[in-house]
Amino acid sequence: MKKLVLLTAMILCFFMVHAQPGQDVEMADALRSSGKIYVVVGTIVIVFAGLAFYLFRIDRRLRKIEKEK
Amino acid sequence: MKFIYQTWWKVLAVVIIFYTLIAGMLLGVPRLPILHETIRNTYFHVPMWIAMFTVFTISVVYSIKYLQSGKEEHDLVAVECVNTGMFFFVIGLITGMLWAKYAWGEFWSNDPKQNSAAIAFLLYCAYGVLRNSIDEEQKRAKISAIYNIFAFPIMVVLIMVLPRLTDSLHPGNGGNPAFGKLDMDDRMRIVLYPAFIAWALIAVWIATIRYRIRLIEYKKNAIN
Repeated sequence: MKKLVLLTAMILCFFMVHAQPGQDVEMADALRSSGKIYVVVGTIVIVFAGLAFYLFRIDRRLRKIEKEK
Repeated sequence: MKFIYQTWWKVLAVVIIFYTLIAGMLLGVPRLPILHETIRNTYFHVPMWIAMFTVFTISVVYSIKYLQSGKEEHDLVAVECVNTGMFFFVIGLITGMLWAKYAWGEFWSNDPKQNSAAIAFLLYCAYGVLRNSIDEEQKRAKISAIYNIFAFPIMVVLIMVLPRLTDSLHPGNGGNPAFGKLDMDDRMRIVLYPAFIAWALIAVWIATIRYRIRLIEYKKNAIN
């Protein structure tokens, strides 16, 4: 029992210590909490959607030309 | 080779990349000094190199196949894979330089990995020069296939092996701990590994499109 308690305490300590470093590192928390990061994600997704669509179109046009042969 | 005309794997690649774009920007990442949010670059910078390696590997396989079979198509696959790989090479270098500016302070700090990547780039530029300098078709295909087979392992050694033997700013090299031991956690892995697969597929897709165009050109120019 004593050992178990000790073990749990140790594990808890580990988590506490583990969670500590980095909390003071500046990240884009404000952008996240105000929700504006979604605007960036949206932009990137639109850009890539456009590119992917473009690639599919090229693929389709190419298939047409290949069939003509 | 039938799969290059199929659509499912292209859709798969696009879907996975959408996932990495959204999850890569929104999921949590380790809070690290200096890197801050730029750690998310890992999802986009490193896959460029994976994509490059993928098409270069395919290129070597087809160079070997060409030497065995002498089929012109195999040479066309090899050259278009190198062309596509060069595109991802450039994107990889540029994204790396941008990231380096904010993580290491300079666009180009003569980091061993940067330098040897630049040398490897010239190595593949020489492949293009070599090809264009030979007019005779079969000779060109044969010589450039042999060159490609030699260039590939040298490129791998330059980018993957040599920088690891000396001190480098890149993670995983020299005295630097690798991404994955200290900097990366499972939250990043579930985005990074799918990104590797997806960008490799995108590179293959672009290479197949280039190959198909090249094939039409080749058939058009062929004398019947």
